[in-house]
Amino acid sequence: MERILEEIPSFFTYWNIIFLLKAMGVTLLLTLLGCIFGFTFGILLAITRKTENLYLLPLRILVIFFTEIFRRIPFLVTLLLIFYIFQIFQITDSVFLIALYSVCLIATAYIGEIIRSGIESVNQEQWDAAKAMNFSYIQTLKEVIFPQAWKVILPPAFGFFILFIKDTALASQIGVMELTFAGKILNNKGFSPVLVFGSILILYFILSFPLDRFGKYMEKRIATDRN
Amino acid sequence: MIGLENIWRKELPQIEIKSVSASYEKLKVLDNLSIELNKGEIVSLIGPSGSGKSRLLKLLVGLLKPTSGEVIIEDKKINFGSKEDLIFARSKVAIVFQQYNLFQNMDVLKNVCIAPTKIQKRDKDEVESQAIALLEKVGLKDKLKAYPGELSGGQQQRVALARALNLNPQILLLDEVTSALDPELVNEVLNSIKLLADEGMTMFIVSHEMGFVKEISNRVAFLDKGSVVEINKPDQLFNNPQNSRTKDFMSKIIKE
Amino acid sequence: MGYTLIYSQIYKFIPYLIKGAIISLQIAVLSFFIGMFLGLIFATIRTFGPKILDRLVVIYVTFFTNTPQLVQIYFLFFALPEVGIMLSPFYAVLIGMTLNAAAYLSEIQRAGFISVKQEELDAAKTLNFSIFQQVKYVILPNIMQVLFPPLSNHYILMTLGTSMAAIFGVEELTGRALNINSDTFRSVEIFSITALIYICITFLATFLLAIIGRYFFKAKIRIIQ
Repeated sequence: MERILEEIPSFFTYWNIIFLLKAMGVTLLLTLLGCIFGFTFGILLAITRKTENLYLLPLRILVIFFTEIFRRIPFLVTLLLIFYIFQIFQITDSVFLIALYSVCLIATAYIGEIIRSGIESVNQEQWDAAKAMNFSYIQTLKEVIFPQAWKVILPPAFGFFILFIKDTALASQIGVMELTFAGKILNNKGFSPVLVFGSILILYFILSFPLDRFGKYMEKRIATDRN
Repeated sequence: MIGLENIWRKELPQIEIKSVSASYEKLKVLDNLSIELNKGEIVSLIGPSGSGKSRLLKLLVGLLKPTSGEVIIEDKKINFGSKEDLIFARSKVAIVFQQYNLFQNMDVLKNVCIAPTKIQKRDKDEVESQAIALLEKVGLKDKLKAYPGELSGGQQQRVALARALNLNPQILLLDEVTSALDPELVNEVLNSIKLLADEGMTMFIVSHEMGFVKEISNRVAFLDKGSVVEINKPDQLFNNPQNSRTKDFMSKIIKE
Repeated sequence: MGYTLIYSQIYKFIPYLIKGAIISLQIAVLSFFIGMFLGLIFATIRTFGPKILDRLVVIYVTFFTNTPQLVQIYFLFFALPEVGIMLSPFYAVLIGMTLNAAAYLSEIQRAGFISVKQEELDAAKTLNFSIFQQVKYVILPNIMQVLFPPLSNHYILMTLGTSMAAIFGVEELTGRALNINSDTFRSVEIFSITALIYICITFLATFLLAIIGRYFFKAKIRIIQ
């Protein structure tokens, strides 16, 4: 305990604090970019999945494969796989980019599912009414379904974003300079692990908790909005 | 010669359904059904649940595909695999559903205007003024900016009527439009339908409101197990049914 | 591309990997069930318990659900020795995952508790049921159907989560894959097969859970939607 108290001044130096803040930034950046990509392509996945055209069946099967695969492999394994595949093809992207690609793929799979169940939450009869008036598939989605579905999509999508912040901790294993990796570095420098990892935990908490509260507030607002 | 052609055209039915069968989720819902609808005619479809009345209407707007038989709308045979044919069918026939199916994310005016504007690509102002006129006709002129969630069932159904009419259909299909309503709201919807009947709209009506059916129909068809058992003028069918199944059904319903 | 995929070199390692998968499952099952039991206690405290304990549980749950499991385990593994507790990698992971699971599963079960109708609990109270009896005889039977899908879903997540044990040297599936990798350097082949094994065990788990759910709890889970 005394050791911890002794180390506090040398731990919370200007350089260290900036270092940790930068690492927090990397964590946030990874998560944010991943989720934006995931949302954009998740919409595409969901739209493809809900088509009924027979000729589009191979595409639908592809989407199902993609979704199931990336939701059933641990994040760490996905990271390592992409890492080594890039190695073979001698692509020299930075580890940040490799982590980013992994994050994008996984986010697309998960968010695609969230969007899909959002679409499915809209009553089938809304589709019938639109079809009977000659709405095309895309028109129905744009004018009728998505305006109603987003209320069901937003809370879990935001929840996934918050969850993903924690998942990015695994990117530390391939050397991405995010928050957990920063912790490992400081730990290796000899600082007390209680101090180091305790601080890392608190920093993640500072990232996650306010967002979580905001998410719950948003959910309440949407729920009362419905009435 | 031209004059005779016109007379000849008037004789041909607006909708011909010839021996149509259809299945839904592996159940045969329409079984060799044949019926005709003439221009300006109101034919009501009555019968027990599962007899195929609603399915027939859904077939006419392309929400159900026939497995055999022919459907001819205004002299054109409809190929249910062809997008153009389905678009044609839906441009002639408009449906009002039992559950009104108004678009929850749009207000009343937009509900009534969106299809004519975006799909039929008609002039926006023309569509809107017609919409307002129609909504006035069904007594909802003051609800233009209301959302479906704020309206009663009867009001929503009348909006659904206006929405269907704003498509300028030749034929109107009413699928049990009062069945989901509280009793006190039924009459306002029936009155709106009577207005349309007086104007000569061609209609298929599926309903359980037997008094209304008797009053408004030119002919009434009794359906059972996916086909037309008997079809006749209202007082004939109700008071003097020929078929035993029809007699059975008539004895079970309370005559209004 | 100066690299050819030689899967034949890797096939002989598959039994080794599968044994690792079994260890992964052991970790998942143990931490899930212990976590669920702890979570049940926490949920009971939050629903019935004294305010002090309730606040403590809230702090616990809030902390564990807002921080990454990996860092939690890092803390246990590196920080505890400072106070004299030396945990082996396996137990550090196990305890870390259990504590994490307890937090999430307590929230899931608490949601189930809330869904039970107040009248039923009142009836039990008037019959002098203790809290323990109320939970056991009134709450649990009623909510099993509702709880089964989210609990199953979390179990699958935990199965995937066991892969981080490899970081601490535990020889579960991912750990063994890393071992083989450092020997043979056939990285892509190894990790693609590892990925495939994870896909298979999660499919198997989903399938079994769907059957159990349908027959025992009348809870429906879809395997592929």
